[in-house]
Amino acid sequence: MVPLHYYLLVSALLFAIGVTGVLVRRNAIVIFMSIELMLNAANLSFVAFSRELQDLSGQLFVFFVMVVAAAEVTVGLAIIVTLHRNWKTIHVDAIRMLKG
Amino acid sequence: MSVVEALYQCSGLLAVLILFATGVLILLLDAFSPLGRKGRLGGVAVAGTAAALFAAWQSESPGEPLFFEMVVWDRYALFVTSVILLGALLVLLLSLEGRRRDGAGTGEYYALVLFAATGMVLMAQAVHFIMIFLGLEILSISVYVLVGLPRHERRANEAALKYVLLGGFASGFFLYGLTFLYGATGSLSMTAMASYLGTGERVFNSYLLLGTALVLAGFAFKLALVPFHLWTPDVYEGAPTPITAYMAVGVKAAVLAALVRTFREALPAVVPHWTTALWILAAVTMTVGNVMALVQQSVKRMLAYSSIAHAGYLMVAVVAGTPSGVTALLVYLLAYTVMNVGAFGVMVVGQKERDGGELLQDFEGLGFRCPLVGAAMALFLFSLAGIPPTAGFLGKLLVFSAAVEAGYTWLVILAVINSVVAAYYYLRVVIAIYRRSEAAEAGPEPAIRLSGGERAALILAGLLTVGVGVLPQGFWEMARRAVLALG
Repeated sequence: MVPLHYYLLVSALLFAIGVTGVLVRRNAIVIFMSIELMLNAANLSFVAFSRELQDLSGQLFVFFVMVVAAAEVTVGLAIIVTLHRNWKTIHVDAIRMLKG
Repeated sequence: MSVVEALYQCSGLLAVLILFATGVLILLLDAFSPLGRKGRLGGVAVAGTAAALFAAWQSESPGEPLFFEMVVWDRYALFVTSVILLGALLVLLLSLEGRRRDGAGTGEYYALVLFAATGMVLMAQAVHFIMIFLGLEILSISVYVLVGLPRHERRANEAALKYVLLGGFASGFFLYGLTFLYGATGSLSMTAMASYLGTGERVFNSYLLLGTALVLAGFAFKLALVPFHLWTPDVYEGAPTPITAYMAVGVKAAVLAALVRTFREALPAVVPHWTTALWILAAVTMTVGNVMALVQQSVKRMLAYSSIAHAGYLMVAVVAGTPSGVTALLVYLLAYTVMNVGAFGVMVVGQKERDGGELLQDFEGLGFRCPLVGAAMALFLFSLAGIPPTAGFLGKLLVFSAAVEAGYTWLVILAVINSVVAAYYYLRVVIAIYRRSEAAEAGPEPAIRLSGGERAALILAGLLTVGVGVLPQGFWEMARRAVLALG
């Protein structure tokens, strides 16, 4: 059996890649993909702990997270599409009408 | 669980069910009603919210966990639900006129406000972290759409994008933190977690530490605590004004309610180790919020920073953490809700007349153009500044005295200095209201016409702002009994 640590390391790596992506990339869709990566890292971690603890509820949580992530993506992409219609760009550094 | 028992347990979720059903009903009515008659949907939304509030007050609140320890309906949930629904009701009343004028997207708007309220009430009732997460996402996703609903406005597009990206980022942290809490304690149910952690010898566990830190960061993002506040001013400024008010009061109330429940019911063994961090968060949040508010030219942006500062004051009560601290927190939440929605409501009224209507000079002479609105704005600003005998003063008094009792004197000294600084930028607006503008020198300006909904909302908010300040006994007693329901 693969030890828990291996799974947690992979999940921490995924999470770190996601966070770095959000902070470094400037394309709104790529940032969104990075957020999805963060949520998936959490899912992997849930499943790993669930197996370690011999408790099924951790795997159940993953389903909730997947539904929520899908809903968030739907809304997020819709917002990006409407934004692109008005701004003709999805480069987040160019979108700065509100100061701050 | 048998069908009968499930139906019985539904009675504990009555407010949520009514809000959700009304939202769905509005979407259906919207699809089947002709274009000219969409104005009535607002009436349905107001009726639904009022019905949910009424049902919440009618149903018993025994406080036993429902649906496999997912939610609970106790006096604490009742109090927070009332505050949330009151905020939602005021926001709906303020939106009626603007929605009737804009026409498009009316059904979606009201339905989303109700769905967001559903999520908020669920957060107040949740005793399981997955439920908190779901409530948080239900409200966040609804509010993302609401912020971006004026989809031909570039400003709203930008605000919605910033909100959805940073909100998703925060959800990621929150969720990743939950996995570690699960790994450390073997459950995400608050009672199971608390009994596993016991009196505290298992607290020094790296998973638990990491999990608590990440969950706290997630909460701090949603509450707009410094240094997690960077999205707030932009999103608040770009969103339609009634939605800004909704974000400032409803979202904050729901998230704080969940945070307090987490601390008191799930992690009482862990919290003492986080007090210093919370102390710093509270201190930095109110200071940065107030200092930034001082230099704003736009009143809307100023109120955004002011809401950050108020989140700092609310955190003072969380730091205190005693039963009297939580009581003060609840009363302050009620006061904050009515005075903040009121201030944003006056802005909604002002924006009907002029494009923008958010700058300080747009408020000049408001007190002469419409004495009722001017007086209401002055009242709300006095209350936000914490001047007696308003609700804001009483809330601050309760929070600060609870914190002193708990031994956080320096934090309270800092908070009092902050309140003094804050008075400057609130009173600046009051002075503008009662100063004749240059346009008025040239000729009389048209008086402001109030719609019925706006009048009702401003009067209700004003009465409560005075009422909570002058006759606090009933509200305080209610809050005290709410806190008894917590562990």
